[in-house]
Amino acid sequence: MTNPDLLIKGATLPDGSRADILIEGTQITAVGKGLSSASATTIDADGLVVLPGLVDLHTHLREPGYEQSETVLTGTQAAALGGFTSVFAMANTLPVADTAGVVEQVLRLGDEAGYATVRPIGAVTKGLEGIQLAELGAMANSRAAVRVFSDDGKCVFDPLIMRRALEYVKTFGGVIAQHAQEPRLTVDAQMNEGEVSARLGLAGWPAVAEESIIARDVLLAEHTGSRLHICHLSTAGSVDVIRWAKKRGINVTAEVTPHHLLLTDDRVESYDARFKVNPPLRRAEDVMALREALADGTIDIVATDHAPHPIESKDCEWGAAAFGMVGLESALAVVQTTMVETGLIGWADVARVLSETPARIGGLATHGQKIQPGIQAELVLVDPATRRNFGVEDLASLSHNSPYLGIELAGQVVATIHQGYLTTDDRTLVAADVVSAQAEVVARG
Amino acid sequence: MKHLLSTRDVTREEAIQLLDIAEDMSAVNDREVKKLPALRGKTVVNLFFEDSTRTRISFEAAEKRLSADVINFAAKGSSVSKGESLKDTTQTLAAMGVDAVVIRHGASGAPQVLAQSGWIDVPVINAGDGTHEHPTQAFLDAFTMRKRLHGAGSRGKGLDGVKVNIVGDILHSRVARSNVWLLQTLGAEVQLVAPPTLLPHAVNTWPVSVSFDLDDALAQSKPDVVMMLRIQQERMHDAFFPNEREYSNMWGLTQERFYSLPAKTMVMHPGPMNRGLEISSAAADSPQSTVLEQVANGVSVRMAALYMVLTGEREVTHD
Ligand SMILES: [Zn+2]
Repeated sequence: MTNPDLLIKGATLPDGSRADILIEGTQITAVGKGLSSASATTIDADGLVVLPGLVDLHTHLREPGYEQSETVLTGTQAAALGGFTSVFAMANTLPVADTAGVVEQVLRLGDEAGYATVRPIGAVTKGLEGIQLAELGAMANSRAAVRVFSDDGKCVFDPLIMRRALEYVKTFGGVIAQHAQEPRLTVDAQMNEGEVSARLGLAGWPAVAEESIIARDVLLAEHTGSRLHICHLSTAGSVDVIRWAKKRGINVTAEVTPHHLLLTDDRVESYDARFKVNPPLRRAEDVMALREALADGTIDIVATDHAPHPIESKDCEWGAAAFGMVGLESALAVVQTTMVETGLIGWADVARVLSETPARIGGLATHGQKIQPGIQAELVLVDPATRRNFGVEDLASLSHNSPYLGIELAGQVVATIHQGYLTTDDRTLVAADVVSAQAEVVARG
Repeated sequence: MKHLLSTRDVTREEAIQLLDIAEDMSAVNDREVKKLPALRGKTVVNLFFEDSTRTRISFEAAEKRLSADVINFAAKGSSVSKGESLKDTTQTLAAMGVDAVVIRHGASGAPQVLAQSGWIDVPVINAGDGTHEHPTQAFLDAFTMRKRLHGAGSRGKGLDGVKVNIVGDILHSRVARSNVWLLQTLGAEVQLVAPPTLLPHAVNTWPVSVSFDLDDALAQSKPDVVMMLRIQQERMHDAFFPNEREYSNMWGLTQERFYSLPAKTMVMHPGPMNRGLEISSAAADSPQSTVLEQVANGVSVRMAALYMVLTGEREVTHD
């Protein structure tokens, strides 16, 4: 038994050329003009751009432990609606993903849901405490085959632990993804330290707290000859450090979130906790530097840092609110709005920063490939002409803490195809039972 | 004026209006029967998430002198201890049917969140929020300055050209923030004097001059007003300064510094004072000190603020 074949007619490829794409089973079997198939379901892609399915290297799925915020099912539904076919699930769950058991559980939940390939990220240190290494080898050798390790939410602050982790994961070609935040410089920090924080009386999160850790860690990566990834760059100074490190030949990659490409710290003037995020929203100068760095390749990828929180964690005074924003459903539209509409990058670059490079950093061979016959069908169709005021109806996440509600964004995902079947169709999420049944067909082979 | 959340969004016209109404209220406070019927039948709640007996009593006196019914609600817990939530407390009060909320909260911005939340739709007066603002304190300070400078002729006047030095922990001070914006609006020239550790990182964007050296600042600017801020003693454990003695020597209004000031210079302090740390008894107890006037004027200014947000009137209609 196989899932229905799909024929995409007249899509615009990332390079600007137009083609039909035939999908049979889980594979792309033909790309070209005038394709036809008697059995396939046809998708009219006139005016739509087709990209390799998006890959998010930084997602908080919250399960196990925080199912009131998100589950693997609802998180991957949000991913599918946003055009993602794979997400890397951060380790700060309860229990923490610091053992083979937890990462295998997350892997299994993702496979069962069927909306996207879920790749668990392992914790660097036990309990994210920064003191003792987690069972990195056991997680790497588990069914989840973990290759990305991160204490995200917390910084691996101890330089010796960081050095050892960078060295140790070379055993299995792993990478450490660092949440760069000097803890002593950010005690009780609430927002970017600057003009706005001074006025609002909120404790500052200075840029130097991020930049000093990145500077330390690129030098450690150089010394150990290891591979380092920096999560969510947020400042112009961080860009300078990464640019310097790359010029020096250090094996470092860097990510930026959609919100740091669009939003600035003056949003906090409303004390609306939807804008509370870590690292915090920064100045307009930082936003411009991040956009430039993404365009010139200093920053390698966009990753969402999708961080769902229930209503009560945001519907309160600023100081009591949780850090984080949901971002899977809006990521592509924010990248189009900030990077494509401004002429900084084209669609081939979008494919690079949201699919090809994150798949390569995460060691995910089945995703982020050039669209051609013989690859696994992981695709997204986007309508770049749509303009919409982003609303709650655009969210599939269990949580609604999006900073974009009421903001106009360009572009919308029309369809997402994972392992050859639709997870989003006609701008709407495909039902969970349909998706899981098709995933099961694929799993049985 | 719907709410009083911050002095930053108060216009000069509104500010002078409030100060003038406070003059009327002050006249009431000098009468034998210290009561106006202005808020009869209105219920005002003093919602205090943070202990502050002084501020609460001052508001309560103001409310009672305007004949309002008063509810004191000392909410347990704060943003840190995760006690009673702001939302639940407020919705409870809304269900009881209150006409105005006076709120003191440990989290910066809590009064604004309350005012724009939709949990309750009544005027909100900020009685101090975190390290953000304390607007009625700034108004009582401005009222006190104006009264000392212009006496019976205060009405209608701003503080144009008045030189004010604010000294101490600016970084954590809601009093300093509210004063900076209000004094600027009223035309005063503000200088902040503090160790660099106790100034906000971006203080250069504020409409003030800044000095690290108190002796220099006092000698150069010849201030009309020196406002000393309270130093929280725990600050020295966070390395903001080495110890109390050094702080007092460098930034305190010591007896020696006080005696070097011209006899007309006002000495202000929002209270409670740390005598011997930021202010000497010689300064605090001198005729130049306005400390007790500030307390008295606090009631008049709070009456004016309540009157403005609750009646929408621009002047006092006499009975
Ligand atoms: Zn992070």
